[in-house]
Amino acid sequence: MDGIHDMGGMHGFGKVEPEPDEPVFHAAWEARCFALNRAMGYTGVWTIDQGRASREELRPDIYLASSYYKKWELGLERLVVALGLAGADEIDAGHALRPGKALPRKLAAAEVPKTLTRGSFARPAPAPARFKPGDRVRTRNIHPTTHTRLPRYARGKVGTVEALRGCHVFPDTVAIGKGEHPQWLYTVLFAGRELWGESAEPSLTVSIEAFEPYLEPA
Amino acid sequence: MAHDHDDHEHGSELSEMQLRVRALETVLAEKGYIDPAAIDAIIEAYETKVGPHNGARVVAKAWSDPAFKRALIDDASKAVVALGLMNRVGDHLIAVENTPKLHNMIVCTLCSCYPWEVLGLPPVWYKSAPYRSRAVNDPRGVLADFGVELPADTQIRVWDSTAETRFMVLPMRPAGTEGWSEEKLAGLVTRDSMIGTGLPKRPNEV
Repeated sequence: MDGIHDMGGMHGFGKVEPEPDEPVFHAAWEARCFALNRAMGYTGVWTIDQGRASREELRPDIYLASSYYKKWELGLERLVVALGLAGADEIDAGHALRPGKALPRKLAAAEVPKTLTRGSFARPAPAPARFKPGDRVRTRNIHPTTHTRLPRYARGKVGTVEALRGCHVFPDTVAIGKGEHPQWLYTVLFAGRELWGESAEPSLTVSIEAFEPYLEPA
Repeated sequence: MAHDHDDHEHGSELSEMQLRVRALETVLAEKGYIDPAAIDAIIEAYETKVGPHNGARVVAKAWSDPAFKRALIDDASKAVVALGLMNRVGDHLIAVENTPKLHNMIVCTLCSCYPWEVLGLPPVWYKSAPYRSRAVNDPRGVLADFGVELPADTQIRVWDSTAETRFMVLPMRPAGTEGWSEEKLAGLVTRDSMIGTGLPKRPNEV
């Protein structure tokens, strides 16, 4: 979706503000919110892309006004309610008012060390790769109203395939419950001026990780 | 934090969020979906075990061992596991090398993708609108926000982490560190130097 989360190239947000000696979490609730998301992700009821989509679908004014972990909290609430795992009335009450559903699995403390490693998103390829390193490609000018990982600033742009990264779960379908549909993934390199015109420094290059359906021959 | 939308977070939002998160955790635990002990264990792991000290060891090894450096650039997931620092890292870790002519910078414009296993959880600025918006079109300006100025003829290459591939920068080894041990070298490797918004410390800075 063409949402507020798709920030690449926007103006007006001001300076980056590094924080010396930044703690991992800035409040106890941030830590618990982070861990709740991890533990609920482990249950297998939704995918990482459904989690992302739930945050992207927050209203733009709420997205911008919320801290990072507040977005995680709001996104988690949305998923839990949308999938019928808990009611908004229960969250408001601060207690379960009805029994829970049976979920595929539950994270035990002893299992936590195993979850520190990311799972693999690689899948067997359903077809040979369409492009190879060195190929000129144009990103498609798509505007799906649902989750996509092709950022707006890199749509309809000509770049060069730099690397083939294997065949991966396709976020655009898995995020809307339409299956993994594995797709070849490429690093595609653009000249800064292809993306930003004359305002870009001449030697700047920017790459995205592009799934094959985002690309056509140029 | 200077931005208007952040100012109120540290007052009323704090208590509001404490209550909201506690309510959500209670509901999810009572439903039988989560075990609060697992929540404690996750927090403990991310506060103590996972962090940029792991990435710093990887970089120091690459500075010291040319064969490891080649292996790292060739397949960082495999190379990092072979180093024995971590049992496993995700399958899609990619290390990109800075040179006198090329400076790499990592961003996730769409959300907050970041190589957790080697760098820990991302800092607030990495997830913020200013960084996500500007890294791709004004990386030199972003570097200036960090007090970093590169030579004008150094090319900047920005990697937008738009899929499950994860990137870490292999910064250049500082001059004047000949003969240093890996452990001592690791002390020069800052988190930001592995994101590309900073440079390693110089020998006189440690």
